[in-house]
Amino acid sequence: MNANAFDRYLERASAVHRLDPRVKVIVTLAFIVAVALLPDGTWAAYGAAALLIAATTAAARLSPGLVLRRSLLGLPFLLAAVTVLFTVPGRALWEGPWGLVVTDGGLVRFSSITLRSLLSLGAAVLLTATTRFPDVLHALRHLRVPAVLVAIIAFMYRYLFVLVDEAQRLLRARAARSARLPDARGGGSLAWRAAVVGHMAGQLFVRSLDRSERVYHAMQARGYRGELLTLAPHVMRRRDWLALMIGGMAIATVTLVGRIA
Amino acid sequence: MNIIPAGILLHIPDGFLNVLVSAVCWLLTLIILGIAVANTRRDLDERLVPLAGVMAAFIFAAQMLNFPVAGGTSGHFIGAALAFIVLGPWLGLLAMTAVIAVQALVFQDGGLLVMGANILVMGVVPGFLAWFVYRLGQGRGARAQTLLAGTAAWLSVVVAALVVALLLAFSGTSSLGVVMPAMLGVHALIGLGEALITVAALSFIRRARPSLLEEERSVGAGGWVVAGLSIALLLVLFAPFASGHPDGLEWVAESAGFLSTAQDAPYSILPDYTVPFLGETGLSTIAAGLLGALLVAGLVFLAARSLRRRSLV
Amino acid sequence: MPVVHAPATVPSAPPTAPHATVVIDVADLTYTYPGGQPALRGVSLRIMEGEKVALVGPNGAGKSTLMLHLNGILGGPASPVHICGRPLSRDNLPLIRGLVGLVFQNPDDQLFSPTVLEDVAFGPLHQGLPEAEVRQRAARALEQVGMAGFEGRLSHQLSLGQKKRVAIATVLSMAPALLVLDEPTAGLDPRGRRQLIGLLRDLPVTMLVSTHDMWLVDELFPRMVIMDEGRVVADGPTPELLAQPSLLEAHGLESLALPHH
Repeated sequence: MNANAFDRYLERASAVHRLDPRVKVIVTLAFIVAVALLPDGTWAAYGAAALLIAATTAAARLSPGLVLRRSLLGLPFLLAAVTVLFTVPGRALWEGPWGLVVTDGGLVRFSSITLRSLLSLGAAVLLTATTRFPDVLHALRHLRVPAVLVAIIAFMYRYLFVLVDEAQRLLRARAARSARLPDARGGGSLAWRAAVVGHMAGQLFVRSLDRSERVYHAMQARGYRGELLTLAPHVMRRRDWLALMIGGMAIATVTLVGRIA
Repeated sequence: MNIIPAGILLHIPDGFLNVLVSAVCWLLTLIILGIAVANTRRDLDERLVPLAGVMAAFIFAAQMLNFPVAGGTSGHFIGAALAFIVLGPWLGLLAMTAVIAVQALVFQDGGLLVMGANILVMGVVPGFLAWFVYRLGQGRGARAQTLLAGTAAWLSVVVAALVVALLLAFSGTSSLGVVMPAMLGVHALIGLGEALITVAALSFIRRARPSLLEEERSVGAGGWVVAGLSIALLLVLFAPFASGHPDGLEWVAESAGFLSTAQDAPYSILPDYTVPFLGETGLSTIAAGLLGALLVAGLVFLAARSLRRRSLV
Repeated sequence: MPVVHAPATVPSAPPTAPHATVVIDVADLTYTYPGGQPALRGVSLRIMEGEKVALVGPNGAGKSTLMLHLNGILGGPASPVHICGRPLSRDNLPLIRGLVGLVFQNPDDQLFSPTVLEDVAFGPLHQGLPEAEVRQRAARALEQVGMAGFEGRLSHQLSLGQKKRVAIATVLSMAPALLVLDEPTAGLDPRGRRQLIGLLRDLPVTMLVSTHDMWLVDELFPRMVIMDEGRVVADGPTPELLAQPSLLEAHGLESLALPHH
C-alpha cells in the first residue's frame, strides 16, 4: 500500500474548501462545544445542528452518505454508554433479564449521547474532508497554539507516511517468511508472535531515531538554528469574515433552540 | 494494515464527556504539556522538533504493527510505556500528544473537545506510571528489569482503561459499577500483549543501541508537579467511592461547592448519576458485572471487526 | 596522467582558468566518529568555481562524512575547510550554509515539511530574506528543476524522481555557490534518472556529486575524485581515471569498458 491511501482530505471545487482554514477550525470547535452543551432530549436543537451539518456537506459538494459513514467511526464506543439505559431513573419501558429495566430517562439520555457524538464527529469529518492538514496546522499556529507543538505535529504528519511505509515493509517481510499449512494456525505461540512484533517495533524505533538525526542535519544544512520560520499563507478575505459570521450565528441559533425547547 | 490503530477503546470521541470534565482535563493537560515543552527545549534545544516529530510518527506506525490473536482479531500496542521509557518522560509525552492530535484531527479517532482528556488517558497517566515503575528496575539484574518493564507496560494499559471508566462515569455517560470492572477485565488482557511487545522491543533496542537505555534521564522538578497533580486527580476521583458515599459524583460536586451552580445552570453540566440496582443484592451486582463484561467484549469485537474491514493489506 | 597521490599531498590541477575562485578548499581533514571509528584520514580537496566534480568510492569510504563537513554539520571551529575563502567559524556558519547547497541522498530526509512550497521556502526564510523575495526564489527554484506549479502539493504524494528534484530546489532557492549532492540518481527508474541527469547538466552551478553511477560520471563530470577508507586515492580528469580498470577495481568501482576508452 501507499500510505497516501489514508489521506482523508477530499479535493472539491467548493466555497467551503476555499475558506480560510482558521474560520473552519474556529467554527468546528465552536460547534462541538455548543453541541456538548446541549441538554439531554433537546431534539429540536439536535435537528438544527444536523441541518447545519447537512447544509455544509452540500455546500462542500460532499456526499452525505460518505460524511455519515465516516461519522459512524466512533460508534463502537457507544457500547460504553449502553449502561445509562438501565441506570438513569425513570418510567420503566422494558424489563429485561436479571432485573435490568430500560427507563424512559435512560433512553433519552442514551439517544442524546448518541446524537451529540454523531453531530460532533460530523463536524470534525467535514473539517478534515475540506481542509488539507497543513492548512489546519497553519490555522492552529495563527490561533496561538504553541509553535513548538504545531511544529512537532507537522513533522509527525510528514514522517507518518514514511514510517508507515517502513512498518508496512516489515510486515510484508514477516508475511513473506511465514509459510502456513492449510490447517495449522501457524506463527508460533501467542507470546512468540507478540515478541516478533516487539522486535519489529524495536527495529522501527532504531531506524526512526537515525532518521530523526538525518532530518536534523538536513534542517541545519539549510540554516535552521532552533527557530522555525514559516510563510504566512493565509489572509482573511471578505467571504471568510462572512462565513465566520454566518457560522457563529448558526451555532448561536442551535444553542438558542436548545434552551427554548 | 489497519488505518485506525490500537487503543480504540481508549480514544474517547466527542459527546461522551461533558464540558466540565473536558475542560478540567484540558487544563491539567495544558499545565503538564507546558512543563514538558519547557524541559525538552532546555535539554534538546533545536533538536527537539525533528526528534519529537519523527518519534511521534514512529509510535503511530508502531501502533499499526499487529499480530494475530484469535478469531480474526489482532493484538496491537498503544506505545505510551515504550515511548516514555526510550524517549524519557517529557519527550515521550510530546510524542504521544502529537500522535493523539493527529489521530483526532486527521482520522477522527478521538474527539477534539475531549482531546485534553485523551492526552491524559493515553499519554500523561499511563506514561508517567510506566516510567516510574520501569525506573524501579535501574541498577538491578536483567530479569528484574524485564519484569518491571513488562509490569510497567501492563499497568499503563490497565490504568488508562481505569481513567476512561472514571471519566465516563463522571460525565454521566456510563455507570462506573458496570463499566469499570469490564474495562479493567478486558484491558488486563490487552495489557498482556502490550507488555510482551514492549519487553521485546526494549530487548531489541538494548542489543542494537545499548547506550540508549543506559542514559540517565531525570524528570527534573516538573516531575514532582505531575506526580502531585496525578495524585490529586486520583484522590478526587477515588475519594467518593472510598468514603462509602452512595453517590460519588454528587458528593464531589457538593464538596467542591458547585452543585448548586450545576443545578441552576441552564445546562445540566452534571447530569444525574445513580446506580439503582447496585448494592441491593449480590445477584444484581453479578448481573451488572456480566452485562458490562459482555458489553466491552462486544465493543472489542466490533472494534476489531471495523478495523479488519478497513484493512488495506 | 591523472594525479594519483598520497593523502596529504594535495595539489590537483584545476582545469579552469587560473583566476577562477576556489569554492571548496579542504586541507588535510581528519575526522573520527564519537564511537572511535575513523572516517576521514587526511582528506584534501580543492574545487574551483564552475567545476562539476564526481566523488566516487565504495560505501563507507567517507564520502558522506566529507559532505557533512562542507557546511559545518560535522567538524568544530578548527575545521580545515574553507568555502569561498571563508573558514568554517561559528560566525560564518549561517553564511556558509547558504553558500553550500547540501542535498541528502534520501529525499524523505531532505523534505521535512508537509508541503513543497514550505520546504523550498525553508532555506531562504532561515537566511532572513523578506517573504516576497522568499516566494520569488521558491518559484524560480521549482521552475529550474521543472517542478513549477507543485508549490501546494504534499511532499509525501510525490514520486521519488519528483522528490529528488524538489530536494534540489530546496537548496537552489538559497542561491548557493556550490551544490553538493549525495547519490542523486540512486533508486531512480531509467526515465527519472535521465531527467535528473538533464537537470544536473543544465544547472549552471559548481557541483560536487557523490555517486556509484559510473555512467553518470562519464557523461557529466569532467573531473573525478576517488575516495577509499577515508582517503582521497585519486583525483583527475574522468576519462583518464576511467581508462584504468585496475585502479577502479582496487577501490570497488565498476569499469565501464566503453569502446571509446
